[in-house]
Amino acid sequence: MMLTEFGKIFVFILVAVFFVVVAVIAAKFVRPKRPTHEKLLTYECGENIIGSPWVKFNIRFYVVALIFLIFDVEVVLLIPWALVYKQFGLEGFLIGAIFLFLLGLGMAYEWRKGDLEWVKPKVIPPALKKEVTAEQVTEEVTA
Amino acid sequence: MGLLDKQFNDDNIVITKVDDLLNWARLSSLWQVGFGLACCAIEMMATSASHYDFDRFGVIPRPSPRQSDVIIISGTVTLKMATRVKRLYEQMPDPKYVISMGSCSNCGGPYWEHGYHVLKGVDRVIPVDVYVPGCPPRPEALLEGLLKLQEKIRNESLVKKS
Repeated sequence: MMLTEFGKIFVFILVAVFFVVVAVIAAKFVRPKRPTHEKLLTYECGENIIGSPWVKFNIRFYVVALIFLIFDVEVVLLIPWALVYKQFGLEGFLIGAIFLFLLGLGMAYEWRKGDLEWVKPKVIPPALKKEVTAEQVTEEVTA
Repeated sequence: MGLLDKQFNDDNIVITKVDDLLNWARLSSLWQVGFGLACCAIEMMATSASHYDFDRFGVIPRPSPRQSDVIIISGTVTLKMATRVKRLYEQMPDPKYVISMGSCSNCGGPYWEHGYHVLKGVDRVIPVDVYVPGCPPRPEALLEGLLKLQEKIRNESLVKKS
């Protein structure tokens, strides 16, 4: 019986699963298990734990991560394209250019919408409430 | 307790062979906690680097105590640090080993008398397997300490201690 190419991959997957299962079961047999309260605490470089490890991340990181992801995928797609587009002549070049143009359009849109702005708290510099002249101060002191 | 660990009352040929295998596996891949305290840590880093090549004994620094087997106390343990050292040691999974490196962590070193802030030996907070003398010890000395620790691990057993 001949294995097809996909059959070989299937055998490969079976061996991989077998390896992991055997390793996990073998470790279960031989490892010492001595849990203590201290050992089960969250690892924070030996410091006392403050709060829960499930902290909330600012939503602003999500937008930045999403935009990053788009350009990450763009690089993955464009590097192979950059290697071979000469073989496809003008047509190959145009396909890549259209893709880049669409991404650029999206970039312009999110820039216009202000998604690239990092919302900062507005700093109010301390200011004097009213103007005080030298005469007023001397009046107050002498009064 | 694990399924096999310290579950046997008497010795026999199967157990000793399994012992040999487990001990060989453990002593050949002692991962250390990436943890340096003072000037001894410089020597420890030199030991890890290419010239002395700690990795040929299977010692690699790990970023978390969860993945580590051995903690090398490399340097002066101040009283403030002692609580952290203790917690790091507690958070390592069993089996775990401690190498005390240098005079400071062995006994307080130059601070043994007037160092108001220094723990007089790390063995006051955690159990030490191997003491490496020196101030600081040369990388060869640390390698010797590791070989001593490997000898110690080679004689461990699954049999319950009577």
